[in-house]
Amino acid sequence: MNLLIRGVRPYGDGDPVDVSVVDGVIAGIGAGLDAGDGEVLDGDGAVLLPGFVDLHTHLREPGREDTETIATGSAAAALGGFTAVFAMANTAPVADNAVVVEHVTRRGREVGLVDVHPVGAVTVGLAGERLAELGTMAAAGVRMFSDDGHCVADPLLMRRALEYATALDVVIAQHAEEPRLTVGAQAHEGEAAARLGLGGWPSSAEEAIVARDCLLARQAGARLHICHVSTEGTAELLRWARARGTRVSSEVTPHHLLLDDSRLATFDPVNKVNPPLRAATDAAALRRALADGVIDCVATDHAPHAAQDKDCEWAAARPGMLGLQTALSVVVETMVRPGLLTWRDVARVMSERPAEIAGLPDQGRPLDVGEPANLVLVDTDAEWTVRGAELASIAANTPYEGMTLPGRVLATVLRGRCTARDGRVAEPTGVFG
Amino acid sequence: MASRSRDAADPAEQRELLTAGDVARTVARMAHQVIEKTALGGVEAAPVVLLGIPTRGAPLAARLARHVAEFCGVEVPTGILDVTLYRDDLRRGPTRPLASTELPDRGVDDALVILVDDVLYSGRTVRAALDALRDAGRPRAVQLAVLVDRGHRELPIRADYVGKNVPTSRAEEVDVLFTETDGRDAVLLRPRAAHGGGPG
Amino acid sequence: MKHLLTAAELDADTATAVLDTADRLKAALLGREVRKLPTLRGRTVVTMFYENSTRTRVSFEIAGKWMSADVVNVSASGSSVGKGESLRDTALTLAAAGADCVVVRHPASGAAHRLAGWLGADPYGTNTSVVNAGDGMHEHPTQALLDAATLRERLGSLRDRRIGIVGDVLHSRVARSNVALLSTLGAEVVLVAPPTLLPVGVTGWPVTVSHELDAELPALDAVMTLRVQAERMHGLFFPSVREYSIAYGLNQARLGLLPEHAVVLHPGPMLRGMEIAAAVADSPRAAISDQVANGVHVRMAVLYHLLAHREDA
Repeated sequence: MNLLIRGVRPYGDGDPVDVSVVDGVIAGIGAGLDAGDGEVLDGDGAVLLPGFVDLHTHLREPGREDTETIATGSAAAALGGFTAVFAMANTAPVADNAVVVEHVTRRGREVGLVDVHPVGAVTVGLAGERLAELGTMAAAGVRMFSDDGHCVADPLLMRRALEYATALDVVIAQHAEEPRLTVGAQAHEGEAAARLGLGGWPSSAEEAIVARDCLLARQAGARLHICHVSTEGTAELLRWARARGTRVSSEVTPHHLLLDDSRLATFDPVNKVNPPLRAATDAAALRRALADGVIDCVATDHAPHAAQDKDCEWAAARPGMLGLQTALSVVVETMVRPGLLTWRDVARVMSERPAEIAGLPDQGRPLDVGEPANLVLVDTDAEWTVRGAELASIAANTPYEGMTLPGRVLATVLRGRCTARDGRVAEPTGVFG
Repeated sequence: MASRSRDAADPAEQRELLTAGDVARTVARMAHQVIEKTALGGVEAAPVVLLGIPTRGAPLAARLARHVAEFCGVEVPTGILDVTLYRDDLRRGPTRPLASTELPDRGVDDALVILVDDVLYSGRTVRAALDALRDAGRPRAVQLAVLVDRGHRELPIRADYVGKNVPTSRAEEVDVLFTETDGRDAVLLRPRAAHGGGPG
Repeated sequence: MKHLLTAAELDADTATAVLDTADRLKAALLGREVRKLPTLRGRTVVTMFYENSTRTRVSFEIAGKWMSADVVNVSASGSSVGKGESLRDTALTLAAAGADCVVVRHPASGAAHRLAGWLGADPYGTNTSVVNAGDGMHEHPTQALLDAATLRERLGSLRDRRIGIVGDVLHSRVARSNVALLSTLGAEVVLVAPPTLLPVGVTGWPVTVSHELDAELPALDAVMTLRVQAERMHGLFFPSVREYSIAYGLNQARLGLLPEHAVVLHPGPMLRGMEIAAAVADSPRAAISDQVANGVHVRMAVLYHLLAHREDA
């Protein structure tokens, strides 16, 4: 696959240069390179970054193909600048065995728009009672395990999972939510929920599990990853845990960087998500923690939902928001524009660190000759208005409906092949990759 | 209903039809007519009740009652009958605040009820008052007293006691001022404002 | 007014206007044999109750009928709702069938807001008004209005009056609506409850918070006791019914701690012996029956303010 990318600025630094790609690998970086017989992609001064890696996506296949499929989710990912996504295990059937895992992997390859890495469940059926066959799934290529959607609440079970995982060199990703503290919870336990009469989801329900699991992970020498960090308190706990040598990593969603519980006043369930949108002070703390590196990376928690699951009263709605196509723009709005992150930092939090955490050898690599050409071109001056109906996902539940956001993906390149360009995706390859 | 400031119109456009003195004499004459026509105080006469229609029918009814008591010693039970809830034009404008309804203690049953209002125009207010009265009880008879009859009836309604007949055009507005509501007594004629008025 | 969704959205002028209308309606009907006013003739009011409630539903029904509106009652069971029809579809069906006003009670906070949104976006529903008759734990604005009407009757103006609200504030839409409306009307509100039954975030409310009922009673002009469901014990909110009523029950002795003029209110239905002693509920200082009577006039006033004007006015 030969490709010449003209006029891009790697990490946003310096004057525009050309990048040539041969057989899926970066072959040359410099001025005035020759296209040869390859395709030409005009960068027009765009920022060049390593392709984004999303550690937390819900592709809904198998089971809820009315809301998203691996094909449509891959399209959304490619349009969002992603070259690899991790598909969470809470499908139907649950990805707690090699069969479902292999289906997701194969289907992702068939579609060929993004590398789909299935996440395996920690417990059978996500029921939180028995360990799933982590070893078998690891042999099938799984690098990360999570019961996301549910917390592995039993401390003994979590301890065993962490210990067991050390032999497999995989990471256990926890959805931190002490279930006994979130019975009837509908929204962040704070002033907004109090006024609106919505059951509270206290910050301590997340923090209690984070603290516990950091202690367990350190004792086991295991790698722990905290999904969708949402509170200031969790950020403080992560700082403490890392300072004492715990191997804990963490992610934050774009919506937790931008939105807070002031969004609840309309009772529109497009704003309902788990963990919930918190107070403005939490959002500010999360932005600082991401800038400081206390939180390692951005992960979308892309969660498509059917119209009937959002077009209803709050209590009946399912929690979750789309995120793949809007992630970059929200990061630009909340972190780059205010000067909290440079473009090099964006590469770190959206590509390099996630790839490291998941142990992907070919993603999040430096923009150097010899590295795999998994790339994204970002038009930093563009603005666009978000319309759920126009996004590639089958579902349309975006909280940013009607918002104009900065920054746009100009093109996404997966091993030298353009998977998305000017807002359109390439045809699925239909080929086993 | 709060009284609109009726002196706010351009003075050059207004004409004073009745001065304060005229108003006082007219009301007194009306009181005499009531006494005569109802045979007030007479042995076989029906008991009379005066009901003023807010806003300005109320002070007028009170004045009539005072004059009647002065002239012949009879205390006529007096009250207020708000007709807002019976209007046929509520959905043509913004929400109308309700005025008080205060029926006298003896009620209206078997009485000769005299409805009192400041201006008689299309007759719709009186029609609403008749509907309201019907739900309040069963009078023996109903009469109507108005300070000004300005013509242009839209219903077969006529007043029994008229202070003054004032022929007008639909492009004009008749404003009655009372001391109790507006600080002075007068009856004014002015051109209708572009946005205001309408047969009441 | 197009909808009545919350007490919080009512400013002082609007709330006072509605209360004044209720007073006038009450006076207009006083002593009448024929308790009917023609004002809302030809208007159709549908009550949609997804929670059992005889008293509130009947109150709205009587209010509508006394104003000559056509009132239709829809309850959750035995209708298409029981068959799984969504709230949205039910509401749009009623609007298309001709409802001018939908009075809704629903167990989910925000249900009335959602209804107003869906109806506003639908051609058949754009002129349909929504009255919130209680949405989950969020608001019950007509309850707050009838409580205010009752207090005005007994105390005169509410400005600078000190009103206590005792009980399960956390789960109470009546408390939320009353805090909003009483504050708007210039009263001081004191919330008395065990810490477990106060919302985190109550610190942002325009109220004083106390856990000591006896200490607060002598300075109150009125006390409103909220329903406390015994089932709340299962959520570990308080150890026992006995302990709750010892600390927070409005018993005979506590009635003695209240000033002479103070009024006792309860939104009903009462659990005599839990939050309020039978003797207190029956005492002349309790205005509970007045609350119910005023409820009809207040709801008539609300319907008047929503339906008896030009649609875009």
